[in-house]
Amino acid sequence: MIPATFEYKRAQTVEEAIQWLGQYGDEAKVLAGGHSLIPSMKLRLSRPAVLIDIGRIEALRGIREEGDVLAIGANTTHAVIASSPLVEAHANVLSQSAGSIGDVQVRNVGTIGGSLAHADPAADYPAAILASEAVIVVQGPQGKREVRAEDFFVGMFTTALEEQEIIVEVRVPKGSNGVYLKFKQPASRFALVGVAAVKRGGGVNVGITGASDTPYRAKAVEQAYPQEGVEAAKYAAEGVEMLEDHFATAEYRAHLARVLTRRALEAL
Amino acid sequence: MGKYIGKSVYRVEDDRFVTGKGKYTDDIVLPGMVYVAFVRSPYAHARILSIDTSQARAAEGVVGVFTGEDECGQYGVPCGWQVNFKNGETMREPKQPLLAVGKVRFVGEPVAVVVAESMAQARDAAELVQVDYEELPAVVDPKAAMEPGAPLVHDEFPDNAAFDWCLGNDRAEVEAALANAHHVTELRYRQNRLAPNAIEPRSYIADYNAVEDKWTLYTATQNPHLIRLLLCAFTLGIPEHKVHVVSYDVGGGFGSKIFHYREEALVTWLSKQVGRPVKWTADRSEAFLMDCHGRDHVVHARMGFDAEGKIVAVLADEYCNMGAYLSTFAPAIPTYLHGTLFQGLYTTPLIHVNVIAPFTHTTPVDALRGAGRPEATYLLERLIETGAREMGMDPVEIRKKNFIPPFDGVETPGYQTQVALQYDSGNYEGALNKLLSIVDYEEFRAQQEAARKEGRYLGIGFSTYIEACGIAPSAVVGALGARAGLYEVGHVRVQPTGKVSVYTGSHSHGQGHETTFAQIVADMLGISIDDVEVVHGDTEKVAFGMGTYGSRSLAVGGSAIVKSVEKILEKGARIAAHKLECAVEDLEYSEGKWTVKGTDRSVSFGEVALTAYVPHVYPQGEEPGLDFSSFYDPVNFTYPFGAHAAIVEVDVETGKVQILRYVAVDDVGNVINPMIVDGQVHGGVVHGIGQALLEEVVYDSDGQLLTGSYMDYTMPRADDVPFIETDRTTTPCPHNPLGVKGVGEAGTIASPAAIVNAVVDALWPLGVRDIQMPLTPLRVWQAIQKASNGGSQV
Ligand SMILES: Cc1cc2nc3c(=O)[nH]c(=O)nc-3n(C[C@H](O)[C@H](O)[C@H](O)COP(=O)(O)OP(=O)(O)OC[C@H]3O[C@@H](n4cnc5c(N)ncnc54)[C@H](O)[C@@H]3O)c2cc1C
Repeated sequence: MIPATFEYKRAQTVEEAIQWLGQYGDEAKVLAGGHSLIPSMKLRLSRPAVLIDIGRIEALRGIREEGDVLAIGANTTHAVIASSPLVEAHANVLSQSAGSIGDVQVRNVGTIGGSLAHADPAADYPAAILASEAVIVVQGPQGKREVRAEDFFVGMFTTALEEQEIIVEVRVPKGSNGVYLKFKQPASRFALVGVAAVKRGGGVNVGITGASDTPYRAKAVEQAYPQEGVEAAKYAAEGVEMLEDHFATAEYRAHLARVLTRRALEAL
Repeated sequence: MGKYIGKSVYRVEDDRFVTGKGKYTDDIVLPGMVYVAFVRSPYAHARILSIDTSQARAAEGVVGVFTGEDECGQYGVPCGWQVNFKNGETMREPKQPLLAVGKVRFVGEPVAVVVAESMAQARDAAELVQVDYEELPAVVDPKAAMEPGAPLVHDEFPDNAAFDWCLGNDRAEVEAALANAHHVTELRYRQNRLAPNAIEPRSYIADYNAVEDKWTLYTATQNPHLIRLLLCAFTLGIPEHKVHVVSYDVGGGFGSKIFHYREEALVTWLSKQVGRPVKWTADRSEAFLMDCHGRDHVVHARMGFDAEGKIVAVLADEYCNMGAYLSTFAPAIPTYLHGTLFQGLYTTPLIHVNVIAPFTHTTPVDALRGAGRPEATYLLERLIETGAREMGMDPVEIRKKNFIPPFDGVETPGYQTQVALQYDSGNYEGALNKLLSIVDYEEFRAQQEAARKEGRYLGIGFSTYIEACGIAPSAVVGALGARAGLYEVGHVRVQPTGKVSVYTGSHSHGQGHETTFAQIVADMLGISIDDVEVVHGDTEKVAFGMGTYGSRSLAVGGSAIVKSVEKILEKGARIAAHKLECAVEDLEYSEGKWTVKGTDRSVSFGEVALTAYVPHVYPQGEEPGLDFSSFYDPVNFTYPFGAHAAIVEVDVETGKVQILRYVAVDDVGNVINPMIVDGQVHGGVVHGIGQALLEEVVYDSDGQLLTGSYMDYTMPRADDVPFIETDRTTTPCPHNPLGVKGVGEAGTIASPAAIVNAVVDALWPLGVRDIQMPLTPLRVWQAIQKASNGGSQV
């Protein structure tokens, strides 16, 4: 439970962090809340030589209203998101996700940027991020670019982030109220399966996390919903390869995806 | 009897615990101390081809690197209990070397040890030790380990059995009774393997003093004297008076800190080698790998009934995993602490249990809270309820038909079982009746019926249990293979000012001895509890002791203290009689003073104490001082019992089980501190909820541990636990002076069966007959699927 030796550098600005990332390359890792990175360093599964702490960069903190969008800084903690009246009013599917993460200590320190960058297949946010069609703003040596939620999650612990890029903001469209239902993995209490559903126009957006190596939009459900209503939930696992472990077979995960989707649609 | 016994006196130890002032081994920092890190096997079974320590030796801060090739590889930790084969063959007892020699036999087995100036340096250098392994096939399942061709854990034995043992009536007779029974209920399941998870990891510091040629070993243990004995006489061959063992505060044990582990012996050896104090504290990953696991039986069990529902026979065949080596008490757990409990609370005339105990390429398995008795209760209580449902009988009625009638062990004799034990006293139906009055069984059945109509699945399950604790009469356990006596030592020293120090060989690691024992002594002496201190956990303060496990502290350790206090009162009376110029027979003792009967002439306890140490006016021939030590060896085990009920709701769509209500009625004999007893029941029940619904150590087929952290091993959390309702009946133990039976394990023993019975009760209409523990949502869902697909599942 003691990490390998590393050097610690605290960045004052995003630009400084990006510059250091360039300088140290593979050797370096960004540190935000440290609630995924530090545990894996303690187990020596991860052993960066340099930690670049972006946690104190104020500009990355906070939730702003920008027209039709909520702009959430990457360093905003789960606790702040869970208790924000703005998020509650315009994107409560995200409030529910944030509030379901870990325990109070984790929520007080872990950040949305860190969670999204880490891309744990069992993380809670991705379902809501997908269902709300949020946009992830990332910044690199060439400046900022926007990545759609659907393009952001690439695979298990992998995202569309390029080397030297940092998540700076998450932009969530208003009108993202809905339901997030989480079935907890009994030991870790991460999502064994988590389903977020948001009404859009006459239809729904459904995002599912925990079930497969990459969180996904349940497009088949969304397409069938206008005709079939909640029955469309039966397509929740269609065409998706489910994860397997000693808490859930692929079959059980698919079943849970369908059950939770139905319950979410019923509750919308 | 007095001011304290029977009252919920606040625990005197809690002040220091809740203010962070406890003194645990890892809190101790000695001048010049060095730290240890282990290199552990990544394989379940492999040949060690070579170990290269050169880089590690050269690393910064490294004081030494040792492997099984060094002298320490010659030493091994012993096993304390011998269980032979039923055919008379001696138990197979492999050497358990301090560091692996030649082969590794489970993931986590220590292969090399690095000593360095700091813990971080030790860890860094440990990574530089290069070990070449040739991986070999492994076996993890105890039944598979007995199949022909299974990989051998120890090449020197012809197969993997440590022993093949049986107990009870003649097997053929039992089988014949089953063949002729009106109905036979049969279950096949696995007692899930559990990790102990004490909140304080194991921690050891050894400090060799070259001037005195003596060691001090600070150790997180449940039994300091036993550790000294095993370490000195068996492991390292050091004279016993050369080792001082200290265990101040210990943060939970649940059995796992009974055992004498390799790391403990190694730090002791290392301290002399390097001439410095040496510390090792396990991290949580090491705890999962190295702390002995519990349970892990593969079971085939049958219970036969006559047409009225009376049990005619019980037969059990079990494969009980020993892991890779025999830990301190391992052979006793699935045998003499398990098979001996198969009478349960019932009048079953024929019982037979056969236990094959295989070695496997897994962490050693040994006692874990309840140790053998939860497994026995689970087997009987699942069988009887399943039998009742299969025969269309009520699970309460069937128990009442089979209960042993009440007996108190005084007017009515103890009950002789078919499986070696003689129960001391019991009123089993009394406990169940009390439980039923709390639960309101009829009312629940009506609710259950109504809920089913709404598609909700509620269930109730019972568990009526008995355990053998107050371990144990030495002659009995000796005859059963124990290599130690199981008495206890209680030493009471009255100081000249009348303050009292109590030295117990029992050991507290959460149980509250400092309070309970003080309550007894204060009441017997009629003095304030503030004038009594209880000392434990130090071999130089306490003369001897066997430690704490098997719910023995109060029944055995408490009784030893009572004996010493009685001696003090006898001697005190002689001194008082001399002072009051009367005969001892004319005195009575109460509220801290001796009074001449029928007069107001008296002398106080304090005055007598002072006189004993300032013996100017003193009875002739009487020795000065007021200080007595006693050994108490119980004449029998004690037999707490009780009746528990769980009420659950199952979400049949997801398989999630929620415990709505849990009611525990326990009979632990007389109660000294009801709050502490309730606390033990709460903790025990939570532990049992863990086994029933959550906890399981899982290995893959290569012997890799898949549940090596809390990300994958499910511990009970606050929201898994309902409000636990407790109540009691009281049937005193007839054979110890306090009439107490013990409570440390009761909740863990009773609860898994109650919970599983409740879930099966809920799902019976869907065709579910049994579910493998832990009842994770996955397993419950699968059971429902299988049942509604037509198969009855066993
Ligand atoms: C006990 C416990 C329980 C938990 N339970 C849950 C749960 O139920 N559900 C859940 O979803 N999560 C859970 N988590 C994970 C938690 O949400 C983490 O906080 C989160 O995953 C990571 O955020 P962080 O700010 O701590 O990131 P860090 O740990 O600091 O970083 C994580 C990774 O992201 C990178 N990174 C961090 N910030 C950025 C950025 N702005 N741009 C680019 N890369 C970045 C880091 O380099 C690192 O690789 C739990 C964690 C713990 C310790």
